Amino acid sequence: MEISFQTVMSQVMLGLNNGVFYAILSLGLAVIFGLLNIVNFAHGALYMLGAYVALLGYTKLGVLIGMPDFHLNYWAALIVAPLVVGAIGIVIEKTMLSRLYKFDHLYGLLLTFGLALIIQGVFTNYFNVSGDPYEAKPEILNGAVNLGFMMFPKYRLWAIAVSLVVCFGTWFVIERTKLGSYLRAGTENPELVKAFGVNVPLMITLTYGYGVALAAFAGVLAAPIYSVSPVMGAEMIIVVFAVVVIGGMGSIMGSIVTGLLLGMVEGFTKVVYAPASSTVIFLIMVIVLLVKPAGLFGRES
Amino acid sequence: MKKVLLQVVASAAVVILSGTLAIAAGISDNVVKIGVLTDMSGPYSALGGKGTQVAVEMAVKDFGGKVLGKPIQVIGADHQNKADIASAKAREWFDNEKVDMITGLLNSGCALAVQKLAGEKKKITMNTGAASTDLTNKACTPYGIHYVYDTYALGKVTAEAVVPSGGKSWYFMTADYAFGHSLEGNTSKFVTKLGGKILGSVRHPLATTDFSSYLLQAQSSGAQIIGLANAGDNTINAIKQAREFGIDKKGQKLVGLLIFDTDIKSLGLNVAQGMQYTSGFYWDRDKATRDFSNRYYAIHKAMPTMDQAGAYSATMNYLKAIKAAGSDDSDAVMAKLKSMNISDFFAVNGKIRADGRMVHDMYLMEVKKPAESKGEWDLLKIVKTVPAADAFMPLSESTCELVKK
Repeated sequence: MEISFQTVMSQVMLGLNNGVFYAILSLGLAVIFGLLNIVNFAHGALYMLGAYVALLGYTKLGVLIGMPDFHLNYWAALIVAPLVVGAIGIVIEKTMLSRLYKFDHLYGLLLTFGLALIIQGVFTNYFNVSGDPYEAKPEILNGAVNLGFMMFPKYRLWAIAVSLVVCFGTWFVIERTKLGSYLRAGTENPELVKAFGVNVPLMITLTYGYGVALAAFAGVLAAPIYSVSPVMGAEMIIVVFAVVVIGGMGSIMGSIVTGLLLGMVEGFTKVVYAPASSTVIFLIMVIVLLVKPAGLFGRES
Repeated sequence: MKKVLLQVVASAAVVILSGTLAIAAGISDNVVKIGVLTDMSGPYSALGGKGTQVAVEMAVKDFGGKVLGKPIQVIGADHQNKADIASAKAREWFDNEKVDMITGLLNSGCALAVQKLAGEKKKITMNTGAASTDLTNKACTPYGIHYVYDTYALGKVTAEAVVPSGGKSWYFMTADYAFGHSLEGNTSKFVTKLGGKILGSVRHPLATTDFSSYLLQAQSSGAQIIGLANAGDNTINAIKQAREFGIDKKGQKLVGLLIFDTDIKSLGLNVAQGMQYTSGFYWDRDKATRDFSNRYYAIHKAMPTMDQAGAYSATMNYLKAIKAAGSDDSDAVMAKLKSMNISDFFAVNGKIRADGRMVHDMYLMEVKKPAESKGEWDLLKIVKTVPAADAFMPLSESTCELVKK
């Protein structure tokens, strides 16, 4: 088979499009793991929840509050969904996760996995498993841009751009600001940081809230591209965990870069041998674990 | 005394005997129950779903609600496009709910599972939704009827329209299960026979919503025709996204191999105009179809697709066959169904063959330009009517073991 430059570039571009979703989700996981030591298996379910806040806000909210003409538009959903889901995250952290910090990782993993199954089960019961279309894509993002090698829909370009901004913004706050240094110090030695007068439990709660808000943000971004379904998170979370493992658990920059790269590798595989594209990430995971068990960006302890 | 006793016993025996005879000839369980088992919530729910149940209920009402003096009931369920759920539901219906006939059955995977089970249980299936030709070939049963269309007719009529007018090289985007494989296989045969070439295919899961990378693969194949061997929301999304990525602007043409009126409605005439495809029914064909469809629209707020109109026709003819047979016994009803002519608003020149295939005229449709459309549902025109004998697989080619060779 002849492989043209155009084909490769097109698939890699689509791969990058998937990659930004991997990046933003694995970033949330890395932040939560890095600062809370919780393997947050509920991440996929909260991503799905974010998409549903956008969908239901657009289709059902107006009727519910007695104003049938009111629709939560896309831009508002980008803000509202992360806030709503972030608040749910804070409740989860306060009532459940905070009891588990002193135990092994495994307990947090089991709890969040259970939560994910419950949330997904409830949504499967009430909503169409194969997905509902989200029709609130703003007019200005309709249409396509000619990139020379392909026509690329404007909305997807927007999703790539805004995700990159959010990812690198988060990295900057955690690695380069004073607030970030508190966060990192708080996980390293909570007692000492408390002694300096910093409210560590509050910081941890807000961190979890921010991590899941990122997932919800990704959910809203994804809604107009893929349709909104109760299993959209479950399909995503497996790949995202592979990304986190390859990048190195808890490494912020690692998760961003790995997410983007693996999306593109997946796209490239589709050109070479399409059926392998769904497994190539796991193949890479196996190799990385054999060669560098702490992940590409992880520090050996 | 002894003589009196003998008389009593003998007359009692006669009464009992005649009683059982009457039951065997009439309606079992004192009710005729029709089950609509189909995709009620998934990618095919708009073209079948609740709308199929509405059509069946209409047929029962039009028939008078009773047959041979016994009531007719309709129940419905969602098989969620999972063959295991479909056959579990069908088993429950046959064993506990006294269901006599199942119709709808969108999704070939589900249809094959239910038809097999129904065959074992000696219950009738009148399949209006699924497309696979396996239903009347290697998987045929004495109680299975394939009513509306199949992948042979779709592939043949569409290929005969597209290939001679220049669509020589094909690349398929195929739903990865029984239906898609069957549609791709049958269409490929006709394309090759007509002198066309198959450049390749890519398979996607039924649950796919993002077709972009499959579309790019199809694009880079360089084929003139991208054949969509899928249906419902899959087809709608693929066509919409092909537009987003500007594929149709570069001279490649998308051909939907199975399209329903509801898909065109959802795509809009702007996107869909000029597309040609094969259908077993169009609501605006003549006075009879319009009369039925307008009544249906009043209830369901959408015009009937071929699956939905077919379910009405299947139910009506099933009830007529019960009346003619004087019984709802599956063997008696099947014998009647296979011997009567099916002729109503839905089917012209209809006949149910030994293999269970209901053959009738098919239509090559073309989507109207927005300027040609005079109403919300004025979507299509019939380009060509293909007689039953030319559209469907000849009985001599059927591999069904019920066909005497």
